[in-house]
Amino acid sequence: MSALTDRLDACKAEGRAALVGYLPVGYPDVATSLAAMRVLVEAGCDIVEVGPPYSDPVLDGPMIQHAAARALEGGVKVDDAFAAVSVVAEAGAVPVVMSYANLMLQRGWSRFAADLKAAGGAGVITPDLTPDAAPAWVDAAREEGVDTIFLVAPSTTRERMQLTCDASTGFVYATPLMGVTGERASVGDAAERVVKGARDAGAERVCIGVGVATGAQAAEIAGYADGVIVGTALVRALGDEGDLERLRAKVTELAEGVRAAR
Amino acid sequence: MTGSLQEAPGPYFGEFGGRFVPEALMAALDELTDAYDKARIDPEFTGELERLAREYTGRPSIVTEVPRFAAHCGGARVLLKREDLNHTGSHKINNVLGQALLTKRLGKSRVIAETGAGQHGVATATAAALMGLDCVIYMGEEDTERQSLNVARMRLLGAEVIPVATGTRTLRDAINEAFRDWVANVETTNYVFGTAAGPHPFPAMVRDFQRVISVEARAQMLALGGLPDAVLACVGGGSNAIGSFDAFLDDADVRLIGCEAAGDGVETGRHAATLTGGRPGILHGSMSYILQDEDGQTQPSHSISAGLDYPGVGPEHTWLSSIGRAEYWPVTDAEAMEAFRLLTRTEGILPAIESAHALAGVIRLGRELGPGATLLVTLSGRGDKDVEQAARWFEMLPEDEETA
Repeated sequence: MSALTDRLDACKAEGRAALVGYLPVGYPDVATSLAAMRVLVEAGCDIVEVGPPYSDPVLDGPMIQHAAARALEGGVKVDDAFAAVSVVAEAGAVPVVMSYANLMLQRGWSRFAADLKAAGGAGVITPDLTPDAAPAWVDAAREEGVDTIFLVAPSTTRERMQLTCDASTGFVYATPLMGVTGERASVGDAAERVVKGARDAGAERVCIGVGVATGAQAAEIAGYADGVIVGTALVRALGDEGDLERLRAKVTELAEGVRAAR
Repeated sequence: MTGSLQEAPGPYFGEFGGRFVPEALMAALDELTDAYDKARIDPEFTGELERLAREYTGRPSIVTEVPRFAAHCGGARVLLKREDLNHTGSHKINNVLGQALLTKRLGKSRVIAETGAGQHGVATATAAALMGLDCVIYMGEEDTERQSLNVARMRLLGAEVIPVATGTRTLRDAINEAFRDWVANVETTNYVFGTAAGPHPFPAMVRDFQRVISVEARAQMLALGGLPDAVLACVGGGSNAIGSFDAFLDDADVRLIGCEAAGDGVETGRHAATLTGGRPGILHGSMSYILQDEDGQTQPSHSISAGLDYPGVGPEHTWLSSIGRAEYWPVTDAEAMEAFRLLTRTEGILPAIESAHALAGVIRLGRELGPGATLLVTLSGRGDKDVEQAARWFEMLPEDEETA
């Protein structure tokens, strides 16, 4: 059990899915992004995913690429992500980090886990690191008591689904679509199928990410998943001008969505 | 034979290589690995690839001795392995025909590829035309500007060329964009990767398809009197170099030298000499050396040569460097262009600017070893695509005269 599973279970006990909000640290600048993290928590995110921007984000669509590039131009450092984790923890949500592998490797798998733990973080989502590619990361995370959250996709085979769900703690991150991050008109039946596949492989908690943009979609997904992950729509709401009120309105809409489902 | 370094299977070369990609691509990479493992021992596949090499590419490529150029190389004997004479003008076709045939075996109808200088894009567009596949090429916007002729060639061949305007607008961003396309379209699409880098199986598979260079060259050298003292090739991602080295890996007396692009000089920070100026990291799906800052953000590379302008390098090269089997030398823009000029003026052979980096290495090594040394260098491509850029470098364009 962990802070993450406790929070997901508490949401479930309320008869709803958790709302998981993603923002890259440093967009549009570090100070505004920290304020934005606080807004996510105040407006109803149960879990906040902090993204340290990376120079080569192969799993991200144009909006998050833009935000990452802008943040890097502004001089954001990986250290800033740990500061953001502390902000989220203080504000009362459960912080996790979503990081590309090289940023973790350069800090050192163990140090990355230890720094996250010290900042009050609960786990790490790894978009380009699968459990079989990273036994050293899994060992380091277990040592520190940090959750390892891996992704599954519609293309994931039954064998890999088992491997990935076995190695995931906290929750399993299901991507309902083949493609990069970004809003979609519909996440379709595939989402339900991926969630079912993960549950069949023994996953107790499954959250859905990639493609969710509206409160209505959040409500739909909350009908069968333990959490709804929203990133691009929040980044767009925040925007280059750092509009915290527009962000607050978007999070409020999504928070109502996850509560409207059951 | 135990202890052979040849044809290392991956996924790891020492501690380098592996597969660091989104889960969404894992099934496709497994499928590709499986198809390749079957194809490489299937006489129908290998026979068809050999036929295409012979009848389409024009293999075996010849070896040319270049005495007038060698006169500037300390009197060493210099021989060129002429990959520039291949159909489409570079070594890239060797790999592309193999991967395009595999695409057909996978039952997929669309290929995507990244390209830097445009050579791999042209080769992929060519193979797609030959085999009736839809083809999309990603190319950094900066590269589409400095290699506009190759953009036109690809479009003439029926490929869609998508300029990539993100990041540094070069090869690295083209690879990012190709990966994004692949994640979204993996059911219909095969990614024809152009260099011996990326996630497994690409480094080993691309090396196998390029290995023909050294297999032929080794036999040609033996027929000419003996193995060379050194084999040299340019290294960006490193596909022509690994193909030039592989059959010589177990010949302990043959030095293997990869020439990296040092741009304005490694000490200036404006370079693409990854093994000289980088350190271990993960980029584009594998563990290797990369140019990066303290946090692990990839740093922009710089080279006059679009094909070498890449902040990573194939993992097998990193391994060969780490065990001391191969050496990697930095070669600046200025050194490469001097070698370009020299080969053109002394032998009437216009090399690709990429290949000119290896020629600069030959000049340096020849002067070090002197008469009696025999040096084999892979001329990975021809310089037709570089005429405008070279003319500008040497101030030979009409506007240079007007302003002079």
